[in-house]
Amino acid sequence: MHIMEGFLPGPWWQIWFALSIPVIVYGIYKLNRLVKENREILPLLAVAGAFIFVLSALKLPSVTGSCSHPTGTGLAAILFGPAITAVLGTIVLLYQALFLAHGGLTTLGANVFSMGIVGPVVAYTIYKVGMKMNLNFYLVVFLAATLGDWATYVVTSLELALAFPADPGGVMGSFKAFATIFAVTQVPLAIIEGAITALIFKYIIQVRSDMLTRLNVLSDAAISKIKGAIS
Amino acid sequence: MRLEIIVVAIILIFAGLFLYVSGNTDAEFGGADGEAEGVIEELTGGTYEPIADPLWEPPSGEIESLLFGLQIALGAIIIGYFFGYYMGRNQSG
Repeated sequence: MHIMEGFLPGPWWQIWFALSIPVIVYGIYKLNRLVKENREILPLLAVAGAFIFVLSALKLPSVTGSCSHPTGTGLAAILFGPAITAVLGTIVLLYQALFLAHGGLTTLGANVFSMGIVGPVVAYTIYKVGMKMNLNFYLVVFLAATLGDWATYVVTSLELALAFPADPGGVMGSFKAFATIFAVTQVPLAIIEGAITALIFKYIIQVRSDMLTRLNVLSDAAISKIKGAIS
Repeated sequence: MRLEIIVVAIILIFAGLFLYVSGNTDAEFGGADGEAEGVIEELTGGTYEPIADPLWEPPSGEIESLLFGLQIALGAIIIGYFFGYYMGRNQSG
């Protein structure tokens, strides 16, 4: 769930815009370069964007008795890196803000920062570190997507806490209150997102493993090892 | 197949938890963002006025679910189209 329209007072909504815009601009630059160098990548880019579209529209019930939705950004973050994912996330957030009154235009900066930037950075970092440690590929993807999803909602809680510090208790006090809603609700949904992302990767390896080597997601040796394990 | 089995198991556990919670508590399963609105109201003593309103809101819950459904359908078509395309190409060539 994104921060709703109008629910971040100044100067916070401007601050999150100021932090997000440079990343989006850099992402657009990287996106242009990637597509120019490699037109064959477009379908995979479309799939990654579509995956965010689908997952962020699925409002799922959680054990806390409330509903929230996954982010779907882990897939794009692992494939294309956080900057390009920020651009894809912005498109989805704009659609939802304009047509669904879900999220908002004034809160777009904050929502892009949590869902389009921090979540993907966490997913990307965990993926790179996990692969360096030689862990099982699908386990690494699962962890990356799960924790990236979860980090998004921890940041959402923090964004709200900074804007609405509790009295008494301050930012930490209200962070606890918001995290109880967002971060706790998100735990099972994040696990689902991680599992589905791992499954999608299995199918990408089956149909277009050459793309993964070209994007430096996996080495040839790693792919033949994974393929050997599933066949 | 092992990965598929694990994923299906996770989804089944998730569905089971949902059935358990909805059967044993009076949870309303409202949106987490709506609950956050409640917390903001509590924190500010009900004095917070949103600084902006959505430009356009779906006139009803039905229209809203239509648009969410549309979002899912568009995404799913794109994903299915490309996976199908590559799978068919791999098989024929």
